[in-house]
This record gives sequence, structure tokens and C-alpha cells, in this order.
Amino acid sequence: MNAIGWPNWRSLNQEGIVFAIAVVLFAAAAIGLPGFIDPNNLVAIVRSVSVLGILALGMAVVIIGRGIDLSAVAIMAMSVAWYLQLLNSGTPDGLAFAYVLAGVIAIGLLNGFLVAYADVPAIFVTLATGSFVFGYVRSQLISQDAVPVPQGHWVELLGGLRFLDIPVEVFIFAGLAFVFFLFLRFTKWGRYVYFAGDNPVAARNIGIPVRPMLVLRYVLSAFVALVAGLLTAASLHSINTRIVNSTLLYDIVLVAVIGGIGLSGGRGGVRNVLVGAALIGILLNAMTIIDIPLLYQNLIKAAILLGAIIVDGFINPRDEQTAQQGDI
Amino acid sequence: MSFRERLQSWRYNLVPDHVVGEILTKRWTDNAIPFLALVATLGVFGSLIPGFFKLTALQDSTRQLGEFSLLVTGMTVVMLGGGIDLSVGSIFALSCFSAVYVFFILEQSVWLALAASIATGLLFGAINGYLIGYFRLRAFLTTLVTFIFGRALFDILVTSYAADVQLSSATSDVLDFIGDGTFWGLSAAVWAAIILAVVTHIALTRSRPGWHVLAVGGSRRSAHNAGIRVRRTVFMTYVFSGFCASLGGFLIACRLSGAGPGTGLNLEIMALTAAVVGGVSLGGGRGSVVKGLMGAIIVLTMTNGLIRMGYGTGTNQMVLGIMLAVAVTIDIRWLKNRDKVLNEVYVAPVYLKMGATQSAAAGSGTPYELDNRLSAADHIGLGELEGPEDVILDRDGHLYCGTRHGEIVRFFAPDYVSSEVFAHIGGFPLGLAFDKSGNLISCVGAMGLYSVSPQREVKRLSAETSRSWTSIVDDARLRDPNDIDIAPDGRIYFTDSTKRYDAHDWALDSIENRATGRLLVYDPKDGSTRTLLDGYRYTNGVCMAHDGKSLFFAESWACRVHRYWLEGPKAGTAECVIRDMPGYPDNINRASDGNYWMAWLGMRTPSFDLSLRHPDMRKRMTRRLPQDEWLFPNINTGGVVKFNEKGGIVEAMGDLSSAAHPMVTSMREHKGYLFVGGILNNRIGRYKIPGADPNWTSSASYWGAKP
Repeated sequence: MNAIGWPNWRSLNQEGIVFAIAVVLFAAAAIGLPGFIDPNNLVAIVRSVSVLGILALGMAVVIIGRGIDLSAVAIMAMSVAWYLQLLNSGTPDGLAFAYVLAGVIAIGLLNGFLVAYADVPAIFVTLATGSFVFGYVRSQLISQDAVPVPQGHWVELLGGLRFLDIPVEVFIFAGLAFVFFLFLRFTKWGRYVYFAGDNPVAARNIGIPVRPMLVLRYVLSAFVALVAGLLTAASLHSINTRIVNSTLLYDIVLVAVIGGIGLSGGRGGVRNVLVGAALIGILLNAMTIIDIPLLYQNLIKAAILLGAIIVDGFINPRDEQTAQQGDI
Repeated sequence: MSFRERLQSWRYNLVPDHVVGEILTKRWTDNAIPFLALVATLGVFGSLIPGFFKLTALQDSTRQLGEFSLLVTGMTVVMLGGGIDLSVGSIFALSCFSAVYVFFILEQSVWLALAASIATGLLFGAINGYLIGYFRLRAFLTTLVTFIFGRALFDILVTSYAADVQLSSATSDVLDFIGDGTFWGLSAAVWAAIILAVVTHIALTRSRPGWHVLAVGGSRRSAHNAGIRVRRTVFMTYVFSGFCASLGGFLIACRLSGAGPGTGLNLEIMALTAAVVGGVSLGGGRGSVVKGLMGAIIVLTMTNGLIRMGYGTGTNQMVLGIMLAVAVTIDIRWLKNRDKVLNEVYVAPVYLKMGATQSAAAGSGTPYELDNRLSAADHIGLGELEGPEDVILDRDGHLYCGTRHGEIVRFFAPDYVSSEVFAHIGGFPLGLAFDKSGNLISCVGAMGLYSVSPQREVKRLSAETSRSWTSIVDDARLRDPNDIDIAPDGRIYFTDSTKRYDAHDWALDSIENRATGRLLVYDPKDGSTRTLLDGYRYTNGVCMAHDGKSLFFAESWACRVHRYWLEGPKAGTAECVIRDMPGYPDNINRASDGNYWMAWLGMRTPSFDLSLRHPDMRKRMTRRLPQDEWLFPNINTGGVVKFNEKGGIVEAMGDLSSAAHPMVTSMREHKGYLFVGGILNNRIGRYKIPGADPNWTSSASYWGAKP
């Protein structure tokens, strides 16, 4: 990479390759697909990846710190579903939001605590909490799969908000991306994320508060999921909890991994998320324009993710020296 | 005794703390938690749901359980090999579809459907295995992706062919039987699960490939270094898991005669939860098929039970999530801390107030007064020997001793300069004795009672005694056989110092001070070993009295010598003949003047005596301090004491310079000389006893003059 961030063709890496593919794909789609280059379609592309991108930002921070958060989608859908359910049953807005925020942070803390202090692999913790969050909210707190946004509520208004004909979530995605960029690049704690992800034991030995920061990352990820959930509800005027069983979660991992954030931690940044999101956004949009059925889209995405993981395995081979027992 | 001490003695002598540590040493404690969970689950749901145990209901749920168990067995094998397979659900679904496709759409035979099913499973398993085993990708994510891939494929196939399957008119009795029939009261699914579980169990525990799987899971690198083909082994575990999932898929295809969008949904997280709840460890190496099956029953009972009790959508996921999180956390914490916990709780000191003793200090004027005579002893094998715990001389005057290296060394008479390894035993030979026909019998530390013939054939006589009914640790095993002597009728009397520690942990035993030492007898006529006496604090030296009607044995940590009667009115009972000595007694042997020699391995100190009255302090000490800083019996000064038939002390000698014989663990009189050995010494001492019978030998004293 050189200073302005454009790929340097002499030192090709995954991010560069993916970016190139995205550009080629974009060009091909612009030429080959009618209506692709249309400004409205371009806005639609960016909009479609906004929520995915926001979730991928949270996931990226966790992955850079050598973790993974499989509960992100469950938190996203279920927290907002609970929030809307509370509103629909007449709870005051402020109180309802406080409840939900507390719940989201509690789940983030639980994830972080189990990973950091109980030494349970992140994958199992978040798989279990994701299942629990979905099951608990679905069976105890809400009554239907989909919960609508109440008439005239600010979430509904948020969905209609536009600047310069561009939906507000695009700006939120851009803003969050910038904040995450500043956090990871220029703050002390942001740099610590890389240290902890690259070699947790060494990071701990030099005095970095590795475990509290692990907790913080999962809380952050949970909070980001809540934001993404609110935006989803804003644009769709309801939240469908079945999204938890969809492949959205794997799309998030796909965006992060395909952009070049190594699953072994310590590598990557916001730019990788943007590149990954761009490729996936173009791909999904192109597939939709070509009219590939959703089921086949899933198959294609899975194949791409499989390829990305294989490539990731070769580029970032597992370090047997610092790998933990049970780190599978 | 002060009130505080009385309380301490009640607290530490009456509360059986040591039981906790002993239970924790058991491998079955790993199984206990899942088993209790299983019983609790069955109990709760059995009582909450009416008709839970009715045959028809059971038939239905066992059919499902059979299919599920197949998956869990595959998952268990993968996890034992250190991986994880999340794609079992989609393999299950795809195999189900393969069977349905071949049978209903291609209208082929059931067996061809089975073959198609298995082929699908093997193919997907091979893909997983190839990526994870040979490409060394992360198991979790890779199988997650193959799961999505398989699921997407299945969804496409099911939506495309659902109508065709509905319209198909293919039927088969075989299919119906597999799906609905029973054989000896059990359905095909249950039979398949049982057979697969048994075969897998036998393969894992008793076959080379199974051991390889466990070895790879236990430590990948060690397995690689041991020459195991790690990558292929990992590959095979996934193929096996695919095979198991495909069998399950075939069975459900037969049961439902079709495949729907819900087939195999959520199965991966259920199977994973089942394996973990059953106690199969993440990261591999620990677990068993039975554990997996226990987990399968728990999970299926719970999820089905909740559905039947009418809880709504999502309850299953909630319960699965909780179970998975709790089980994984327990598993990780338990594995990580088990040894720590065991070390923490195993040492359970007891209270003991030692009796006041006479001084052994030079110039104190007591019978125990030590002098410096032993420092004048000649040395034999200086620098060649390590740890001659016991020394003995044969009829020809050759000198034998055991060494730390697991050998019995012989020094040749008359000058004891040249030596040879008489026999290699493998364990640390402690007590030695010659029987009537010249076999050298030895107590080998942590191994048992061994006999070495004059032709140097080593033979094990005994390694265990009968087990007592109330013991938790295996007290049949001889953990610390220490000294030995042989009665005129040939029976071999020997001591086993402790049931709770191995020989090299003798210091821990002294700190704990629990009375678990035993006196045992081995009968060469029928090869049996019996426990005669139990409950002494480190039984040590044994010596047959000169008349052969009783024997003396030392109780080291209590500083006492007892007499056990073999004949006469008191036969079978023991009485204490010397109590409250200032030193810790070790081996006892006959002296030429009708008295007995006794070795002192160390001396009591007021500080350690005091610590024996503070079990709480010793407990804290073993938990918080490094071993080097522990307080334990002083073994820097020892000595040799002569006592008479009545237990009266005749004389005592020592090496106050501590240069030659600081600790003494045995001594043997031979032709006017005393041969002195010490378990931590690097020599055997030879001391000329003034005025001793220059013709007396131990072998003549035991077995008569040389024929």
C-alpha cells in the first residue's frame, strides 16, 4: 500500500486483488448490465451494503482482536424486535430504549467475559449466546416473527430521511467507518487491538489490559449490531426475526474475510471492510439484475466464502506457536 | 490439650478431607456430571410429561434418538480428533435427499438409495476432511461454510424436486420396514445407532486407527513426532462423520418418505451441544462414544420435552444456547483447572501431638545420645552408588544394595572394591532380604515385591493385596513397599508405607501425617498377599525377632517401634515397644549380641513437631509455598540405634560431622562390621564394631550355618 491507499500493483495482496476484482466486476456490470450504471442503482448498491457494512465494522474489530462474533445477527434482530415490541405494548420510548441498550450491553459483556476470563473459544461462546438471544427473545419477549415499527415513531422517520437524495444509512455507515478508522488507527486502544490480536500473550506480558479490552470489543460489536438493527427496521418499517436463520451472518464474515482481514487476528482495517463490502454489494446487485434466484445467490456466496477462507488459510497460516488449545 | 487444639483435632482428624482429593483422582468423575445431568433430565421430563415412558411414545422418540445418535457419534469422533464438524446438519439433509431422489424419482431399489446416501455423506466428509486435514484450515469456519453451501444446495434441490417426489408412486416393503418396523422391539434407527456406537467404541479404545485419532486430538505435535499421519487421521475423522450423518439422513428419508425444507435444520448445533454436554472435550483427546450418547439423550429429551410441553418457537434455541454455553465453560474450566484443584485439595493434613522425647544431643547423657562414631566408617562404592536404601550380605560375604537407577549392585568380598550390576529391576529397590534358598527378595518402590534368584532371574512375587471395602483410592496396589523380612516358615513380611502417595512423595506423606501404612504378608506357598495391620504412620523397617516368634516394625512419622506377634498367646496382635523416640526410625535388623539395630533416617525437630499440631498451617503451606520452602522432617542428621528384645535402648551412634552418613536408612551387621546405607547417600559405610562377634553373619542367624 502506498500513502493514499491505492493498491500498489507490485506488492499484490488480498485487498488489492479483491479491489481489482471489484473494479473489473463493476466495469463489466456497467457495460453488460442495463441499468447498472444508473445513479439510482448505484445508490441502491451502497444502501444495500450499508447495514452489512456496519455489521462488518463491528465484526472486523472483533476479528482483528483474534475473535469472532457469531451472535451479531441475533443481537441485531432480537434487540430491535424487543424494542419495537416494548413500544407497541405502550412502554415509554426512553425506558424501552434503556432496557434494550442494557440488554445489548449485557450480552456483549457476557460474550466478552466468557471469552476473556473463562477462556472459552469465542466461536462457541457467541454461537451459544446467539442461539440463546434468539430463543429467549423469540419465546419470552415477542409474540410473532415480525414486529412492525409503530406509526410515526422516530425509527420510521429515520428510514425516510435523505440528504442529497441519498438515504441516511449511507451517511451513518460512512460516519461509523470514519470513526472506526480513527479509533483503530489513531487511538492507543485501537492500536492495542492489533497487538492483542497479533499475539495475545505478548500483549499481556507488556502490560496491555488484554482481557478488559476483549470485553470492550464484544460490547462494541453488540452495540454496532443494535445500530444496524435500527437501520434495518427504519428502511423496512419492521424487523423480521427470521433474518437470524438466514445467511446474513455469513455475509458479514464474508465481507470481513474477503476484504482481507485475517481470521488469525492482528491484520486489516476499515479499508478492508469497505473493499469487501464494495465487492459483495456489486456482486449481489449484479446477481439481482441478472435475476439469479435467491437460493442460487446463497450457493454462490457460500462458494465465494469457501474460496475466501481457503485463500485466507494460505495467506495467514495458523501460527502453531501462539494458537491456543481448543482454538478450532 | 488446649481448646484450640481440640477443635483442630476434631476438624482435621474427623472430617475426611482426603476423600475429596481421592475422588478427584478418579477418571470417572469426568463422566459423573453428564451422567447426573442425564438422570436429572430424564427424571424431570419423565415426571412433567404424562406418558413420557410409554412404549409408543418411546418408540417414536427413540427412532429420532437413533438418527440423532448417529450424528453425535460422528461429531464425537471428529471432536476427539481435535476438530469440529458443523456441516453434519446439511450432510444429513443432502443424504436424505439423495436417498429420496434415487428411490422416488429414479425409482431404484432401497439399497441403491442407501448407497447414494452414503456416497453423498462420504463425498462431503471428504471435502471437509481435505480442507481441514490437508489444507489445515480452521475446522469451525470451514465446516460452517460447507454447512451453508450444503444447505443452499439442499434448498435448491428440495424446491426443484418436491413436486416430483410427491407424485412418485414408488413403494417398497424394505423402506417401510426401515422407516416404521421394529426388530426385537427396536427400530432400525436404534439398531443402527447401537451397532455404530459399539463398533466406534471398540475402534476408538482398542484399535490402532482409534488410538491415532485420540493421539492426534490429545496433542497434534506429539502425534506427528510419534510418526502418526496426522493429516490423514484428521481427514478420516471427517469422512467418518460424513458417513454417520449420511446413515442418519437415509434413515430419516425412510421414516418420512421424503425430504422437506425443515430436514436437518439446527441439527449441527444440537449435535455439537450434545457432544459437549456429554463431556467430549473441545480441542480433542478426551471423551468417548458413551459420553456423546449421554449428551444426545439429554439434548433430545430436553428439546423434544419442551416442544411437547407446549413452549413456543425459540425455546429450543434458548435452551440449547444455555446448555452449550454452560457445558463449554465447565469443560474448559474443568480441563484447565483439574490438576490444579487436585493438587490443591489432595494434601489433607491431620492433627497429631507427638509425645515428649528425650534428647539425642551429644553430652545429654540419655540413652539416645548420638556420638560421632559413624564418621570413622570406611566407605564402599563412594561416588559410584546413588541411594543404597538397604544393604545386605549373602552367605559368601558379598554385599548387595539397591540404587536409584533401578539396579541391584553387588560388591565382591572381601575388600568390596570391585562391583557389578547383579540385576536390573527397573524400579528403586528398597528393602532386601535373603530367603532360605538364597533368593534375594526386594521391596521395589512403587512396583511391589520382587525376587531375584542366584541365577539373577527377576520374578515378581506380588504387586497387590486385597482391596479394602471402604477405600476410594486403589489401596490394593502396593504404592510404597518399603522393607521386608522373612519368617522361618518362609513367609515374607513386608511394609507398604502409605496408600496415598507414591514413594518419591514421601515428604508429602510426612506433612499430611495420615496413618495409612500397612504391614503385609506374602505367602510363597500359594502366592497370596494379605494385609495384617493397617493405619500406621509410614510403616518402615521390618525385622524378625531372634526366636522367629514375633517381628519388629518401625512406624516412622510417629517415631515408634511395634512388635507384631506371629505365635503365642498374642499372635496376630501388635504392641508398641518403643515410643517417642527423638529420631524417625527406618530399617531394623538383627545384631550379633541378641539385640537389634535400628536406623534413624532423620531427627525430630521442635518446629516440625509443632507444625504437626497445626494441620491448618501445613495445609496452607502446601498450597501457597513452593516445595523448596516446605517444612518437613529433618533428614540431615540420622544415626544407628541398638535396642534389646524388651525395647530398651542399648546405645546410639551417629555422624555428627554429617560428612559421611548424615542420614541412615539401613545397617547390616556382618562378621564384626556394620554396613551402613542411606537412601540419599552416595556410599556404603563399613564400621568395625568393637567387641562384636567376628563370626556372626545374618544369613547364619536366619537360616543356620552354611551347609
